Amino acid sequence: MSDTSKVSKAEAEVEQSTVAPADDPTAAPVAVVDPRLLVREEGLKGYVTEFKRKIKGGELGSLPVFVGLIVIWTIFQTQNDRFLSADNLSNISYFLSATGMLAIGLVFVLLLGEIDLSVGSVSGLASTVFAVFVVNHSMNQWLALFLTVLTGAAIGALQGWFFARIGVPAFVVTLAGFLGWSGLMLWLLGSSGTINIPAETGPVHLLGQSSFFMDQAVIGAYLLAGLAVLSMLVGSFMEQRRRKAAGVPFRPTSEILLRVVALAVAAFAAAAVLNNASGVSNALVIFLASLVIVDFVLRRTTYGRKIFAVGGGIEAARRAGISVPMVRISVFAISGSFAAIGGMFFAGQTASATLNAGGGNTLMLAIAAAVIGGTSLFGGRGNVWSALLGMLVIQSIQTGLDLLNMNTSIQYMITGAVLLGAVVIDSVSRKSQKAAGRA
Amino acid sequence: MVHVSATPVLALRGVSKRFGAVQALTDVELEVHAGEVVALVGDNGAGKSTLVKTIAGVHPIDEGVIEWEGKAVSINKPHDASGLGVATVYQDLALCDNLDVVGNLYLGRELKHRGAIDEVTMEQKARELLSTLSIRIPSVRIPIASLSGGQRQVVAIARALIGDPKVVILDEPTAALGVEQTAQVLDLVERLRERNLGVILISHNMADVKAVADTVAVLRLGKNNGSFSVKDTSHEEIIAAITGATDNAVTRRAGRRSAEAAK
Ligand SMILES: Nc1ncnc2c1ncn2[C@@H]1O[C@H](COP(=O)(O)OP(=O)(O)OP(=O)(O)O)[C@@H](O)[C@H]1O
Ligand SMILES: [Mg+2]
Repeated sequence: MSDTSKVSKAEAEVEQSTVAPADDPTAAPVAVVDPRLLVREEGLKGYVTEFKRKIKGGELGSLPVFVGLIVIWTIFQTQNDRFLSADNLSNISYFLSATGMLAIGLVFVLLLGEIDLSVGSVSGLASTVFAVFVVNHSMNQWLALFLTVLTGAAIGALQGWFFARIGVPAFVVTLAGFLGWSGLMLWLLGSSGTINIPAETGPVHLLGQSSFFMDQAVIGAYLLAGLAVLSMLVGSFMEQRRRKAAGVPFRPTSEILLRVVALAVAAFAAAAVLNNASGVSNALVIFLASLVIVDFVLRRTTYGRKIFAVGGGIEAARRAGISVPMVRISVFAISGSFAAIGGMFFAGQTASATLNAGGGNTLMLAIAAAVIGGTSLFGGRGNVWSALLGMLVIQSIQTGLDLLNMNTSIQYMITGAVLLGAVVIDSVSRKSQKAAGRA
Repeated sequence: MVHVSATPVLALRGVSKRFGAVQALTDVELEVHAGEVVALVGDNGAGKSTLVKTIAGVHPIDEGVIEWEGKAVSINKPHDASGLGVATVYQDLALCDNLDVVGNLYLGRELKHRGAIDEVTMEQKARELLSTLSIRIPSVRIPIASLSGGQRQVVAIARALIGDPKVVILDEPTAALGVEQTAQVLDLVERLRERNLGVILISHNMADVKAVADTVAVLRLGKNNGSFSVKDTSHEEIIAAITGATDNAVTRRAGRRSAEAAK
């Protein structure tokens, strides 16, 4: 397929001549399919050629993350051989959930091509609001949790309203929020600067470091891994059956099995490692469950489709009858809600509301995670799994630097560099996608 | 005029539209019957696209009345128009570059299966529709960004047909197309007429207009400048109305004819 590289620019995808069918008689085009379409060849060779073509077209997907992760893990492991120990990996998996929650909210906002700079401050404010409800007003913790998330949603909706209805650029509104909400948090915390939250039961206990799925039962981790593998297996084959019945192209069984095996290896390896430490933290389980739910919302519901449409073309979305302001306001409300939930995770880490919650480089880490994971800053492209992948990278760096006793100053500089790197990759891949007619 | 029903499906009566200091439309009249192709012609900036957008609910009208099957209706948002059965293909196609062909065809009216978007049925129907229209695109699952201009045009037209409309508006559908694809679009227009749809076709190409339209409505500087039956009007008369070189005879001829038609 090397001759296709000569075909350049916008038509690359469409015009890449008739190579595939000539090479491979089984790839004969069906009904509507244009013969110029590149059909992936059967077998391993097909995957390799398709992979090469995608890289050339700037469809990097999750590739930079995996490469980055391997590089990061190798570096830290050579510096400190405790880095890849079960305990440290389990630590990473616990601490990535909190910022990961913020990153989920940011994925929504980034899909619109906007930014929410307030999520760190909102998460800090949320943990304080929760503490004030529970400690100062002796409120039931679950009710307080509900009200806290509602507060986050209201804050997000307010910011979204300024953006969608008044037309203030989102980064300015949320920059004001970044300052204002952390001011409100400081004011609520008062002179003490810390409110300790009772953590014997309730949500703060659940999100704490010593709360594990199924009380550390070994079977728990494998149950989760098995569930993930099984649902992918069943889901893929059900989809294949429906597609076959409808007469539209479907994934070949070999490919499904390949994917399921890949997931199974990853999931059971992770389960074994976590079991080797102390089990799967409930914080991680909640984070993963949120990812699954949000992924469904974004990809399979009309609401999710609206978000992608607004991110890909406001005019087209409007003409299709989508209320652009409503989508925008609701997306910011979702971002605020996830920020508030993230704040609860921070409260769970320390069983308290502190000045530091959601401060420092939290915001940068969350943005970096979403972008590193493959969600574009330019809107319309990405998925929520980028919050997980990106957080793996980010939290590995954080934990690694902590392990090496690096200064905050160094940590900030490295975080800055990583964010810049992620954005550069995003911008460059967008450029080459444009050239390949995919953006 | 041709075999058309008495009450127009869609009629504009004295419609006006302003954009700040620009009076884009002034007292415009337009009628479309079921099974009729009305060509809307006029120079650049005459207000054709604006007129289309008022019907489609993108820009609500300032004054005048829009009648649907004889009854006055108000069209304030795109939803109102599509609810009545007006489908529009805009000059600036307005497709979402990041969504694939199926996603664009069904944008805003996705099919559901147990609460989730039914990708399978949507894909199946999209393939059916595209093949009945003999539209060839590489795959219904590639993003719109990777299609050529002509391919986007046919996708946009196909999109208009998905909601089973009664009136289809095409704003310069052939402007960017090659010979073969232009012929396809014109065939498509005729197929729409056979299905008894009303079609408003905007075009600068007189050959296209002559080929498929039944009636030609001329806009000039945002005002009506005559309405002609294609069969018994010459090329020159239409051009004259467009450029404003209209001598009174033409306008009178047109007036007389519509008076006869009313009897
Ligand atoms: N959204 C808008 N805001 C302000 N003015 C507008 C807007 N849309 C159109 N106009 C003005 O209305 C007038 C008519 O424009 P319109 O696009 O309807 O012309 P047209 O007949 O479709 O021309 P063309 O043949 O070039 O497509 C122009 O003077 C244009 O500048
Ligand atoms: Mg126009």
